[in-house]
Amino acid sequence: MSDTTTRPMRTIYLYTRYERFWHWFQALLILLLLVTGFEVHGSISLFGFERAVNIHNFLGLTWLIAFAFFVFWVFTTGEWKQYVPTSKKMVEVVAYYAYGIFSGQPHPCPKRHDAKHNPLQRMTYLSLAAVLLPFQMVTGLLYYLYNSWTDMGITGLSLGVVAMAHLLGAFAILIFLIVHVYMTTTGHTIFAHVKAMFTGREEVEEACDVADWEKKNPA
Amino acid sequence: MRQGTRSWLFVAVLAGAAALMAFGPVGASGPAEAEDDKAPGRKLAQNAVKAPGGRWTTVDHSKLEALQKDFTSPEDVTAACLSCHTQAADQIHHTIHWTWLCDNCGGGAEMGKNGKTINNFCIAVPSNEPRCTSCHIGYGWKDKNFDFSANNKIDCLVCHDTTHTYEKYPAGAGNPVKEPTVFPESGKTYLPPDYKKIVAKVGKPDRVNCGTCHFYGGGGDAVKHGDLDSSMTMPKKTLDVHMDAEGLNFTCQRCHTTKDHQIAGRLYTTPAAPDRISLTEADLASKIACESCHSATPHKTDVKSNDHTDKVACQSCHIPHFARIIPTKMSWDWSTAGQMNAEGKPFKKDGPLGKPSYDTKKGDFVWEKNVEPEYRWFNGAMSHKLVTDVVDPSKVVPLNQPVGSPDDPKSRIMPFKVHRGKQPYDSVANTMVIPKLFGGKDSDAYWAKFDWKKAITAGMAYVDLPFSGDFGFLTTEYYYPTTHMVAPREQAVPCAECHSRDGRMKGVPGVYIPGRDVHATVTDLGFGASALALLGVAGHGFIRFVSRKKREKK
Repeated sequence: MSDTTTRPMRTIYLYTRYERFWHWFQALLILLLLVTGFEVHGSISLFGFERAVNIHNFLGLTWLIAFAFFVFWVFTTGEWKQYVPTSKKMVEVVAYYAYGIFSGQPHPCPKRHDAKHNPLQRMTYLSLAAVLLPFQMVTGLLYYLYNSWTDMGITGLSLGVVAMAHLLGAFAILIFLIVHVYMTTTGHTIFAHVKAMFTGREEVEEACDVADWEKKNPA
Repeated sequence: MRQGTRSWLFVAVLAGAAALMAFGPVGASGPAEAEDDKAPGRKLAQNAVKAPGGRWTTVDHSKLEALQKDFTSPEDVTAACLSCHTQAADQIHHTIHWTWLCDNCGGGAEMGKNGKTINNFCIAVPSNEPRCTSCHIGYGWKDKNFDFSANNKIDCLVCHDTTHTYEKYPAGAGNPVKEPTVFPESGKTYLPPDYKKIVAKVGKPDRVNCGTCHFYGGGGDAVKHGDLDSSMTMPKKTLDVHMDAEGLNFTCQRCHTTKDHQIAGRLYTTPAAPDRISLTEADLASKIACESCHSATPHKTDVKSNDHTDKVACQSCHIPHFARIIPTKMSWDWSTAGQMNAEGKPFKKDGPLGKPSYDTKKGDFVWEKNVEPEYRWFNGAMSHKLVTDVVDPSKVVPLNQPVGSPDDPKSRIMPFKVHRGKQPYDSVANTMVIPKLFGGKDSDAYWAKFDWKKAITAGMAYVDLPFSGDFGFLTTEYYYPTTHMVAPREQAVPCAECHSRDGRMKGVPGVYIPGRDVHATVTDLGFGASALALLGVAGHGFIRFVSRKKREKK
C-alpha cells in the first residue's frame, strides 16, 4: 500500500527453503495447537475433547522435535545473529509504523539478505523464539508429563498452576499471531511479504542501503 | 541452492519422525487383544469342567447318607449339614451375614442393621424383625430375643440351594412356609420347600442365591443399590461384562472371594480392601477390587486413561449409568405417608416407569432408570450416623457418607447412587428415631395405626432409647457406591462428559480437570486482549487505507 511504485525495486533472495518450510510448518502447528488447545480448555468445540487432546499432544511433541532442528539450524548457519536485539533505529521503526506508514514514507530499515529483521522484528522474534515458544513447550511438556512428576522429583507444583501458565502462553501466542498476520500486509503490496515467505524472493527498494551494523556479518 | 538441498534432508527426517509418532502406537494394537482371550490357564480350566464327570467338587450330595430322609423342618436340614460340615456353624456365627453387626467398624460395635445404624428406606430393623429378617441367613429372628448362638437356626439353603426352588416367606422372620401361603402384599403364593430334592443338589452359591436378598434390598427389586437388581441374575454383556451369562459368567464370589464363610466386601466403615494390590503382588489377596486383577495400568494402548487411575476409580468411567434395565428408587418422602382415599382406606398410586409414586404406608417415591451417578472422593470407607447422633435438622443429614479427600493417596473419585428422603426425627433432642413400622393390627406399628407418635414411641422403647414425644421430618441422604453393572469398554463414559464445565465432575473438589476448570478470569482477559489486538490492527489498517486514498487524490 505504500507509495513505492515510483521508487526503483529489485528482487533479492531472502528466505532459504528450510526457513520457509520451517515458517509454514510451525505456523500450521501453532494454528492447530491453538485450536485444539482451546477445545481442551472448553472454549470451542470442533474435534471433540478426546480427539482434541490426542491431536494436541501429538502436535506438541512434533513441535518440540521440530524446534530442535530449528535451533540446530539457527546456530549452525549463524542466522542467530539476525536475532541479536538492538536499540539502534528502534525509535525510527516504531515511528514509521505509528504514523510514517500513513504518509507513505519509506521503511527506515529495508530488508536485505544479510539483514532480514528490523530492530522491532529482532526484539519480537527473539522474544518469541527464545522465550515465549520455549515457555509454551516447557509448560506443555510439564502438563503432558503430569503423572510422572513424582518420578521426576517435581514437587510443590500444581496442575492448575501449570495449566494457567500454559493458557497465558497460548493467549500471548494468539495475540502475536493476530498482529503478525496483519504486519504481513504492510509490504509494498498487501501480499508481498506473504508471497516472499512462499517464494523466498522479495522485492526491496533498490536505492537505499543498509548500515553495516544491521548486517549478519558486518564488514 | 546449497541450503535447499540441506533443508530437504531436514524435511525428510521430520516427516519420518512425525510418521513414527502418528502410526507407531496405533499399529501395535488389535492383534494383541485377540491373543488375550486365549489365556492358556482359562482355557485349561474351562476344558477341565467340560470333560465327562468334570466338576469343581468331589462330593455328590445326593449320595450322602445323612441326607437320605424326609426333612420336616428346615432346622433338621441344618442339623444334617452340620453333621458333616463340623466347622460351618462356628464360621457362620462369626460372619456379618449372621450377626448383622460389624465388630470392627467403630461406633461402639453398634454399626449394623442389628445395631444403631439407620437408613432412609424402612429406616431400621429393630421392632420390625419378622419382615426385615426374611433376609437373614437364619430361622426365627422375630424379635430381640433371638438366640444368635443356636446352630440349627442357621439357614444353609438360602445360599447353597442350586435348584432355586427354596424360598423364605417375606414376613416370616426368615422361615420358609410349612404349607402354601399367600403373601398379601404381592398376592404371591409361597410353597413349602422340597427339602429332599434341594439338599441333593446343594452347592456353591450363584448369582441367584446372593441376589435373593441383595437384589431385593429395601423390600423390592432394585429398590436400594441401583447397581444390584434382578437384571443381574442373567445379565447380558452390555449390562455387566464380568457376569455376562453367555460370556465370563462370573459368580459374586469371583470378586467377593470367600474363605471360611467370610466374604470379601466393604463392611460399613471398613474398606473392602485395605490396600490397592494386584494378584501378582499377593496371589492370596481377595479379588475384591478392580485392580486386583486389572492392575493400576489396565489400558493397553491408551496411556492417557492409565494416567487417570491415580485419581479416578475404574467404576467412574466404566459404569456410565446404573439401573440400566430396572428402575431404582431415588427418593422416598415419609412425611406424606398416611393419606387415605375417598373411602378412608390406604391406597397406592402408580407413577411413571411402572412403579408406584405414592403409597399410604410409605409416602412419596421417585424412581429413575438409567441414572447418571454422582461422584465423590472415596477411600473405600463409609462413615455412618447412629440413631443416637445429634443432627442439624436445618441441613440435609447424610445418614452415611463416603470417606475420602483429594489429598488422601488412597482416595479416588467414585460414582455413587445417592438416595434422598424425608424421615422422622426427634425434634427436641435432634436425634434420628427408629419407628415401629411392621406389626399386627393391634400393635402401635405405623402400618397398623398410621400414627407416627405411637410408632416412634414403640420403636424407641423397643431399643431402650429416649424419645421426647415431639417429632418432625428432615431431609436425609444415603450413599451406595456404584461398582456393579460394568459396561463394555465401548460404552465407557466419553472424556467430554467429565472434561466440561457442567459435566459429571461438577463440584468435585481438589483436582484440576482440563475443560472443567477454565480459570474463567484469565480466559476472559485473554480473549479480551486478543479482541483488542484485532481491533488495533483493524484500526491501523483502516487509517492506512484512508490515508492512501487521500494521497492518491492529490
